[in-house]
Amino acid sequence: MIKISSLDEFIDFRHRILSEKEAHYDKPTLVVCGGTGGQASGSNDVIRIIKRHILEHNLQEKIALRITGCHGLCQMDPFILVEPGLQFYPKLKMKDVPQVIEAALGNYTVEKLIYKELDEQKCYECQKDIPFFKGQTRTLLGNNQKLDPIRILDYIEQGGYAALEKVLSNGDPEWIIREVQESGLRGRGGAGFPTGKKWELARNSGNEQKQKYIICNADEGDPGAYMDRSLLEGNPHAIIEGMLIAGIAIGATQGFIYVRSEYPLAIKHALIALRQAQDLGLLGEDILNTGIDFNIEIVRGAGAFVCGEETALIKSIEGFRGEPVQRPPYPIEFGLWQKPTCINNVETLINIPVIINRGAKEYAKVGLPNNTGTKVFSLVGKIKNTGLVEVPLGTKISKVVNDIGGGSIGNTKIKAVQTGGPSGGCIPANMFDLSIDYESLANAGSIMGSGGMIVMDEKTCMVDVARYFMIFLKDESCGKCFTCRKGTQRMYEILDDISAGNGSIEQLDILDELAHVVKDTSMCGLGQTAPNPVLSTLKYFRDEYVEHIKNRRCPAGVCKALITYSINENCTGCLRCLRSCPEGAITGEKKELHRIDASLCIRCGACITVCNFDAIDVE
Amino acid sequence: MIHLTINGLNISVEQGATLLDAARLYGIPIPTICSMEGLSPYGACRLCVVQIGEEKNTKLVSSCTYLAQDGQNVLTDSPRVIRARKMILELMLASCPQSRIIQDLASEHDIYGHRFKQEFEDCFLCGLCVRMCEEQMMAGAIDFKGRGETRSIGTPFNMKSDACRMCGGCIYICPACQLSGSNTDLKKAPLNERSETSLDSV
Repeated sequence: MIKISSLDEFIDFRHRILSEKEAHYDKPTLVVCGGTGGQASGSNDVIRIIKRHILEHNLQEKIALRITGCHGLCQMDPFILVEPGLQFYPKLKMKDVPQVIEAALGNYTVEKLIYKELDEQKCYECQKDIPFFKGQTRTLLGNNQKLDPIRILDYIEQGGYAALEKVLSNGDPEWIIREVQESGLRGRGGAGFPTGKKWELARNSGNEQKQKYIICNADEGDPGAYMDRSLLEGNPHAIIEGMLIAGIAIGATQGFIYVRSEYPLAIKHALIALRQAQDLGLLGEDILNTGIDFNIEIVRGAGAFVCGEETALIKSIEGFRGEPVQRPPYPIEFGLWQKPTCINNVETLINIPVIINRGAKEYAKVGLPNNTGTKVFSLVGKIKNTGLVEVPLGTKISKVVNDIGGGSIGNTKIKAVQTGGPSGGCIPANMFDLSIDYESLANAGSIMGSGGMIVMDEKTCMVDVARYFMIFLKDESCGKCFTCRKGTQRMYEILDDISAGNGSIEQLDILDELAHVVKDTSMCGLGQTAPNPVLSTLKYFRDEYVEHIKNRRCPAGVCKALITYSINENCTGCLRCLRSCPEGAITGEKKELHRIDASLCIRCGACITVCNFDAIDVE
Repeated sequence: MIHLTINGLNISVEQGATLLDAARLYGIPIPTICSMEGLSPYGACRLCVVQIGEEKNTKLVSSCTYLAQDGQNVLTDSPRVIRARKMILELMLASCPQSRIIQDLASEHDIYGHRFKQEFEDCFLCGLCVRMCEEQMMAGAIDFKGRGETRSIGTPFNMKSDACRMCGGCIYICPACQLSGSNTDLKKAPLNERSETSLDSV
């Protein structure tokens, strides 16, 4: 790749790529998700089969293959999306792949394989009509399917680096900050602090010093959340562009992307993208002859959830143990190596090129006043369409869960939605009319967080949910604050007791008191929000706690100590459960009703998984 | 000079003073364990928390680490603060019942028992020994390791340390292993049900 050495040269180059774009899209393209989720579902095999088919039949000039990042409808992996018609073929078996390829070449649809809603006959010929996609506004995620993340020219073809060009042509860093402020963008990492304000403070901080830093927080520790991973894997150049613009705005010459080590594909793609941007001349010293320096380095996390907290993250980059420190002073004033540092989440930064390209006023039209723009959520749990969902802020929870998510799987009713990860709270189904915005969620006792949305149904035990999150938090607490360390351990002890049927009603009051003290006295966000799952489940689902304590019964059938498995009359005597039981607790002859010995049964659920006759009851 | 109010009293302190410094200057009592004159503040025990402001969403902060700022309205005995102190002491009694300092502080706050499962730990990770070793004895032989339940204090990889001069400063300062209230009359706690401490390797 030739290095571009001036802004004018870059403008010409970019416009030339855009004008040649039409020539590239003259043949059908098979789009396959090569993101972590896609690969885990078998998309590598799909890709292999496609490549082999193309080579065997000499189709290189007739059809193209694009391997992209995550599209969002992860429930349907592995799939092929055919351009230009946008036919979506979900959950493909390997033997069906050649049919899809031939259909793409012949410009027709394979009705047997095209997307249909569960238990329905209607074919959805175009991805845009599929309810999951139709209900969304995929400003950020929508680009993933249009480009190969490790081809910078793909990114430029899709309008990439146009915002950078605009910023460099304008020449006034304060203009950038004004645009971001007017857009109303709030930090997408969870706290929702106005990004424009943060940048203004960073710009005005430490004027005597030349060195400032931009950090992209890609630690994403919330269990079940993978929005940032998909954005970094699928469109790393957009984040680089966002960081560049941020650096120019606040006067920083060095950026860091702090990625958790558990995201090797995101790290790989980010490294490749950084190298390409450097080679092209968009990163480094005297970028495009404008006198601006900006370099980006990748720093890998080492497995600590607490390092997502900004002061702990800074300590981690400096090489120390990831332990938060007292704020004030804030990192804007004394951050990385005591220099002014601005830390932004991946999703916040990927919004920046959108704001610059569209203009702040246009951007602010989406969402609500004071809650502008879209947000990506990871919709997981007991829902038909699990995956990543992008909607404008202000969308009702019911729309996300029912229209986009498709409602519950099976015939159990949805009971609650947990937002914000382990720092968040549960919102019961009767409050699903709530608008998804920072203030409404906080008033309901939860938080927006980084965007995790876990759907829970009648077979989810809320005591178990609180217990699960408390295990996570007590293990991840850095341990400095006595109340956070001991408090999370003791809260877990009480929840474990209740779950095992050894709880007392007094413990509910102790739990409440302890939760409030931990919330009040912890120094950092981890401890301050650790009691949220407990407090919100106590508020909305107290009856479940009481049922565990008074009647030693788990209504959802989850808490192992309180349930028994038994076999009912649906049993046909097929021996499958008998063979799958790890404890040998099932006895019975072929074609005769089997029996579970409750004293041996460990309630692992293996028998339920293999039974085809719904013969196992859980009480 | 910084001008603020503590418990309704208008006071002034020098720039750089913490809220704890300000309270001590004016004789307002705030209990502390992990704070010690001569050592940098750490904020581990959380006993010194105070409330800033009276609005609904105000936070409690550790006064030993929080710098005094103009116009702050600090409350050292609000109901939230008192509730926090009592619960912290209850938790401490539940973990380190043998510590005289904790026993004294607990009885001063009318806490005579606790509602949790009894543990017998001989360290509640206040970090005084770490700071003593680093800042006063200039050795830095011990530090915190691990996080959460596995957090402990000791030498790197539990190996015998070359930096340790056996000065005994860490034992001297430790609030958990003193049977008498005064630092000069030193006796270590009995070894019943002692959990493994890496200080043994020092």
